[in-house]
Amino acid sequence: MLDTPQQTIEFTLNGKPVSAQIQPQWTLVDLLQNAFDLYGARQSCGQGLCGCCSVVVDGKAVSGCLYLAAFADGSTIETIENGEEELDAVQEAFIEAGAFQCSFCTPGFITMTRQLLVSNPDPSVDDIKHYLTGNLCRCGTYPQIIAAVQMAAGKLQAAKA
Amino acid sequence: MNEHVTQHVGQSYPRREAREKVTGRIEYIHNLRLPNMLYGKIFRSTIAHGRIVRIDVSAAAAMPGVDCVITGEDVRKVMPDVYYGVMFHDQPVLAVDKVRFVGEPVAIVMAADPNVAHEAMSLIEAEYEELDPVFDEMEALSARSFVHDELKPGNPQLGFLAGVRDTNVGFPYQLRHGGDVDEAFEKADRVFEHMFRTQASAHVPLEPHVTVAEPTSTGITLHTANQSPHFVSFEVSRLLGWPQSKVRVRVPYLGGGFGSKLWLKLEAMAAAAALLAKKPVKISLFMEEQFYMITKHAATLQIKSGVDKDGKIIARKCNVFWNGGAYADIGPAVAFHAGMTAAGPYDIENVAIDSLSMYTNRPTAGALRGFGHPQLVWAYENHTNMIAEELGIDPLEFRRRNILHEGSETATGTKLTNSAVEQVLERVAEKLGWEKPFDHGEGTVKRGRGFAIGIKASISPSTSEAIVRLGSDGCATVIAGTVDMGQGSDTANAQIAAEVLNIPVEMVNVVHPDTHVTPYDTGTLGSRSLYHMGNAVRLAAEDAKAKLEALMAEVGVQPGSNVPIWEVFARKNGMPVGNVTGTGSFVPADHIPPEPMTGQSSNITPYWMVGATGVEVEVDTETGHVRVLKMINVADTGNPINPKIVEFQLSGASIMALGQTMTEKMNFDSGQVTNASFADYKIPSILDIPEIENDPMDCGEPDGPFGAKGVGETGTFGVAAAIANAVKDAVGVRVTELPITAETVYRAMRAAANDPLEEE
Repeated sequence: MLDTPQQTIEFTLNGKPVSAQIQPQWTLVDLLQNAFDLYGARQSCGQGLCGCCSVVVDGKAVSGCLYLAAFADGSTIETIENGEEELDAVQEAFIEAGAFQCSFCTPGFITMTRQLLVSNPDPSVDDIKHYLTGNLCRCGTYPQIIAAVQMAAGKLQAAKA
Repeated sequence: MNEHVTQHVGQSYPRREAREKVTGRIEYIHNLRLPNMLYGKIFRSTIAHGRIVRIDVSAAAAMPGVDCVITGEDVRKVMPDVYYGVMFHDQPVLAVDKVRFVGEPVAIVMAADPNVAHEAMSLIEAEYEELDPVFDEMEALSARSFVHDELKPGNPQLGFLAGVRDTNVGFPYQLRHGGDVDEAFEKADRVFEHMFRTQASAHVPLEPHVTVAEPTSTGITLHTANQSPHFVSFEVSRLLGWPQSKVRVRVPYLGGGFGSKLWLKLEAMAAAAALLAKKPVKISLFMEEQFYMITKHAATLQIKSGVDKDGKIIARKCNVFWNGGAYADIGPAVAFHAGMTAAGPYDIENVAIDSLSMYTNRPTAGALRGFGHPQLVWAYENHTNMIAEELGIDPLEFRRRNILHEGSETATGTKLTNSAVEQVLERVAEKLGWEKPFDHGEGTVKRGRGFAIGIKASISPSTSEAIVRLGSDGCATVIAGTVDMGQGSDTANAQIAAEVLNIPVEMVNVVHPDTHVTPYDTGTLGSRSLYHMGNAVRLAAEDAKAKLEALMAEVGVQPGSNVPIWEVFARKNGMPVGNVTGTGSFVPADHIPPEPMTGQSSNITPYWMVGATGVEVEVDTETGHVRVLKMINVADTGNPINPKIVEFQLSGASIMALGQTMTEKMNFDSGQVTNASFADYKIPSILDIPEIENDPMDCGEPDGPFGAKGVGETGTFGVAAAIANAVKDAVGVRVTELPITAETVYRAMRAAANDPLEEE
C-alpha cells in the first residue's frame, strides 16, 4: 500500500532558489516534471543506461531517472532548460552539425558535452567517444554528434582567444 | 523534371524545429498531462498460450487511490467487437478468452498516481488453462496447436482467407515469373541451395510508446505518438461504432518510430480505458514493455539458384517464413511486399517465391525500417557470394553478369525504371577499392571486406493529401498528415512549399497531423512520405499559387507587379486580410495490382529504392570478435530536397542495421523475453561506430517532387550481408544466422578447422 507522505525540499534550480513538496518515491525526473513542468530530462530506459534523463547536480551529471528527488535538497541543479533565451556554443554546434534527428536523447548529449568541454576543452575523437558512451541515440546520429562536439570545442576556444 | 534552378529545394537548411530540440522544449506526447488525467498501467499475460479461466481484479480495484480496473470483458461495453488490426481483425484490445503471448495486455489499472496504478497491478490474479505454445516459424507450419482458431481478415483484399481454420499460416504470398522454375533447375549447369535465419529484434525508440485518450463532449481525442494518425481514427471509430469524425487523432513530434508506432498500438486500449473511466487516461510504456509491443520479424529463408555455364542465374526459388508472432499487425503486408523482391536486384528468367506470414506465440512482429527487406538482402546477398565463391568468380563480376539493368523486367513483371541499380553497385565497389589489392593482415587479427546491394519497391497504392494556405501577410501554412519522427519531413515539406511559392522557408508554417484538420495520408512508413506527401504539398502549393494569381487578375494586379500581397487581399476584402487555399492529392498513377497467383504486374511500384553497403572488418581469430572498421553506404536517393538530412538518414539507418547485425537479438525462454532491457539488449553506442562514408547518388526521380524519392530505409539494406561477406573474406567462414556474434564466428572457425566446440 502506498501512502503519500510529503516532504518539502529546497534547492537552486537553473540559478533560482526554489522549493517543492515531494513524495519519497519521486525521482529527479518526477520532481522536474511534476513540480516545475520541465520535460527536457526524459525517462527512457529507466535504468540509467541511455542518458536521456541527464541532469547536473552540484556540477556533476547524474541519471535523473535513478536519482531520488529527496537527495536534491540543498543542492544546485541545472537542466537543459537553463538559460534558454540564448543558445550556447554546444547547442549551436549540435544544430550546425545536424547532430540529432528525433532529439529525444539530445538534452542528455548536450548536458554531457558541456561537462566534457569544461574538463577537457580540446577533446580527441577517442575522448569524445569514451565520455559520451553512456548516452544512446537510436536514430544513429553519433558521427554528427562527434562533429558537433568538435565544433563546439572550437567555438568555445575561439571565444576565449 | 523541373528545369528551373531551385532556391530552397536542394539546400541543407537546419531542421525547422532545431531550437526546440536543443533546448528540450519540443512537444512529445511523452510530456503531455491533462487535468484530471489518470495513468493506466498494463497487467500482462505470464504465459505464452492459454485460455483465460479467471481474472480477479477486485483487490486491485479496492486499493486506495485506484480509480478503476478494466479487463477485456469491460472493453466490450464500449467496443462490441474488440478485435482490431490493419490486415486481420485478430487482436483484442485486451485479451478475451485466450492469451497468445507472454506480455499480452490482460487488464489496465488506472489511478491519478502512476505509482499507485503500478503497485495495484501486483494485486491482480489471473488463472489460465495452458495450451501448447508454438514459437518457431518452421514448427508453426506443422504444429497441431493453432494460435488462432480461424483467420479473420479485416482488409478486403484478404477476404479469400475468411474463416480458414487449423493453420498458423496467416498469409501466403506467391510470385511466379517466367517459366517453370523446377524445369529451369534441370537445365542449369549448377544448382545452389542455402538456408539463412534472422533473429527477432526490437525497435526501441527512446520515446517509448505513449497515448493520452481524452473523452470530449463530442467524442474522443487521442493524443498519441503514432505514425499513422488517419488509420488510428478509422480503426478506433470502427471499434466504437462511431462516425470517424468523433475520433480525433493528433500527433506532435515523435521521439523515434522506425515502424514501431504504426497502426494501432496503445490507442484502442487507451480509448476504451478513458471512456470507461470517463476521464483522460495516459498509457506510457516502460522500455521493457516495448519488447512486447512490436518486434522485427525473425525469419527463415531458403533460397535455391540454378546457374548456367556462363555464370548467369537462370532460375531462383525463394521460400521465406516470417515469424509474425501472435497477431498479424502489418506482417502479412511485410510477407507480401518483401516477397516481391525476395530474389534480389537480379535479372533472372525464372523465379518462384513463396513468402508465408506465420502466427506463433511470440510478441507480434511488424515493420522495422525496411519492411522485411533487410532480412531478404541478408539471404540473397550471402547466397550470391556463396555461388560466386563456388564458381570461382569474383563476387563483383558475378553480380555484373546478373544485375538488373535499367529497363529490364524485374521478377514482379514491372520494368526497372529510373533506378540506379548498376551505378550503385559500381559506386560501392569503387569506393571500397574492390579491384585494388587488399591487405588481409598478419598474425591473429585478419581483415576482410565485403559488400551487398538491395532493392525495394515503394508502398503502393497509397495516398497523400495536403493543403497549403497562403495568407495576406505572405506567409504560407502547410497542412499535412506526415509525422515528423526525426526524419525531417516538416523541413522538407516547408522547403517544397517555399520553392513553389518563391518565399523564404522561414515564412512557411507546418501544421502537425490532426485528423480534424489535416487531410488524409496513408501513414509515415516505408520511405513513402517524401515522394507521396512531397508531391501532394507541391500540388497544393501550385494550386495556392494559381489561386493567388487568379485573385490578382480579379483585382486588377498585373502578374509580376510589385503590388504587395496584402494589398491584393485589401482590394478584394476591404482590409488586408484573407487567404487563398490550395489543395493537392497525390496517388501514383496507373498502379496495377499484382495477379494473385503469380504476383505479376506491369506497374507495381511508382519508384524503386536501391541501396548498397560496403564494409571493412577486422576479425580476431582467437576470439571470433568482429570489428567493423569502415562502412560505406551508397544509395539512389533521387535528388535530395535537403542533402544533409538525406545523408544523415542513410548514415543513421546503417547504424541501426549495424546493431541488428552485430548485437541485437531478443532472447526467449518459454516465450518470455529474457533480455528486455538496455542492460542486456545492446543497441549501438558511440563506441561501436566505424568510420562511415555516405554517398547519396543524385539520380533523379522524374515523378518525385523536384526529382526526390524516399530514403528512410535504404541505408539498412546491405549492412548485414556486407559484414558476413567481409567476415568470410577475412577468416574463410560463412555465418548464415544473425546476429554475427563472436561466439558464432568462433564456432564456425573451429568447425572449419575440424575441431568443433561442444554445444553448451
